[in-house]
Amino acid sequence: MEEWIKAVAPYLYTYRTKFFAACSATFQMFWKAGLIAFAIGLFFGVILVITKKGGIRQNIFVYQITNLVINVFRSIPFIILLIFLIPLTRAVVGTAINVKGAILPLVFGTVPFYTRQVEVALSGVEEGKIEAARSMGSGTFGLIFRVYLHEALPDLIRVTTVTAISLIGLTTMAGAVGAGGIGSFAINYGQNQNHSDIVNVCVIVLLAVTFVLQSLGNMLAKRTTNRSLFQIRRGENNVPNSAD
Amino acid sequence: MIEVKNLRKTFHLKSGDVTALDGVSFSIEDGTVYGIAGYSGAGKSSLVRCLNLLEIPDEGTITIGEYEGIEARGGEVYYQGKKMTARQQNQMRRGIGMIFQHFNLLERSTVFDNIAYPLKYTGRSREEIRRRVLELLDLVDLREKVDVFPSQLSGGQKQRVAIARALAANPKILLSDEATSALDPDATESILNLLRDLNRKLGITIVIITHEMAVIKTIADRMAVMEGGKIVEEGTVYDIFSDPQAPITRKFIASSSPLGKIDKLIAENSSLTQVKKGEILAKLIFQKDCVGEHILTTMAQRYGVNLNIILANVEYLHGNPLGGTIGILSGDAKSIEAGIRFLEENHVRTEVLKDGRVD
Repeated sequence: MEEWIKAVAPYLYTYRTKFFAACSATFQMFWKAGLIAFAIGLFFGVILVITKKGGIRQNIFVYQITNLVINVFRSIPFIILLIFLIPLTRAVVGTAINVKGAILPLVFGTVPFYTRQVEVALSGVEEGKIEAARSMGSGTFGLIFRVYLHEALPDLIRVTTVTAISLIGLTTMAGAVGAGGIGSFAINYGQNQNHSDIVNVCVIVLLAVTFVLQSLGNMLAKRTTNRSLFQIRRGENNVPNSAD
Repeated sequence: MIEVKNLRKTFHLKSGDVTALDGVSFSIEDGTVYGIAGYSGAGKSSLVRCLNLLEIPDEGTITIGEYEGIEARGGEVYYQGKKMTARQQNQMRRGIGMIFQHFNLLERSTVFDNIAYPLKYTGRSREEIRRRVLELLDLVDLREKVDVFPSQLSGGQKQRVAIARALAANPKILLSDEATSALDPDATESILNLLRDLNRKLGITIVIITHEMAVIKTIADRMAVMEGGKIVEEGTVYDIFSDPQAPITRKFIASSSPLGKIDKLIAENSSLTQVKKGEILAKLIFQKDCVGEHILTTMAQRYGVNLNIILANVEYLHGNPLGGTIGILSGDAKSIEAGIRFLEENHVRTEVLKDGRVD
């Protein structure tokens, strides 16, 4: 195995420790920024849907402000955002470099996009279901958790997958603030030193990750459409369905 | 008891103001099935949504169940002199079941979880919920579907689940908003039978909104007809069907009755409806206490009036005959007059559609 790698990708083998460090940095940025962006995006996505005109907690003021902020941040290219946010990053996390310094800009770069996507996913829940739940006495929280988020789950999984993949793309730019990662490894050790095998392997790794994420997302979305992921049978003797 | 007084609701849309409810008042006795008919846009949906405050009326008073005299003004509702909070409104809605045209079940929940929806987070134990859900499934005859998802059910079955869900928290009132409009005739019939049964067995008051007169005819005791945000006619189903007053009601009933075809025939000036001099084209309507069709034969024999029948239809509504005969009466003027008088004496109302006696 080792011999084979040496033969097909000699420079990658030489810089293998740096390569592993780059993979690790990308992974760190991905899950840390991803988790934070997921929570914030979901929150603001819900806020948009419930405060919009005709929403269950209509509030034009909150809606307009949220909407405006999202539009502003969405229109700034990420590489500019990265530099623009340096003072804020330094103030909040104490440093603007390395993985630590990249998380905040990555969150800022992902949240607006994800919020929009969540808004679209939640808007797909039929008015009728909301009305039925209201007629049964559900309040705002019931409607959010038991109807909106519950019924939109397959679409939420789809948009989360799309966002996760775009987040991986963003992490490759974080090299600009010295956060390392696969992107900057490919540029510094591959492109700049003319080691094409390094660039190729980096592409393959990113492709593989994207493919795995997309497949996982598709599978989960499919398995949650018109059904719950884990089904609990309540039939008296758990009589199996003829289907299974 | 449901009582509504002077209910008003205007929607302010970009395209202008739409008055959905223009001073609606009516009352419904406990345990009855009450039908509200109207074409789309007549305001019937807004009316039923106001009953459980899904829609807040601009003005008016609502009494529903134990909530007496809920007052609406300035976009807020007041109960016992105090503004009703969102929580109080939710509490009130739990006492009123509602079913919809498109069922509105949760797609990602099993039949069990759909029916359990109104029971969860109400302090009921898991076992209590399970018992109640299975009981409801027996009531709507869908026990074997307990673990199935809605996408695997037919329209009629989905509506049964929706009914079970609406009844889960033991409401005394059930609102039905076009609940059979998306169903085929067989499913419609079975849902209506189920609702009728629930009304009889559990004494639930049912308010049915529909544009189909046949639905009201099948299960309602009393009815109202709405047009332009107003109730234009109100009464027992039999009275309204046998003797509709408002033009819209006549139109509605004509559309649901085989006798309604005559309007089309007359409009087309069909050869069937041609009357010669001295003849009349008349609608003979059977009313309560009318003995039956042989009256027509008796009239023909006794008064020498010939009856050429074009359309005839009789059905029984709550044990009383409803319908009649449309035909051309011929004979000399005196016998026709005597014949008609005889019919009136025997509770058959005559409505002249075309008169060949004048010029």
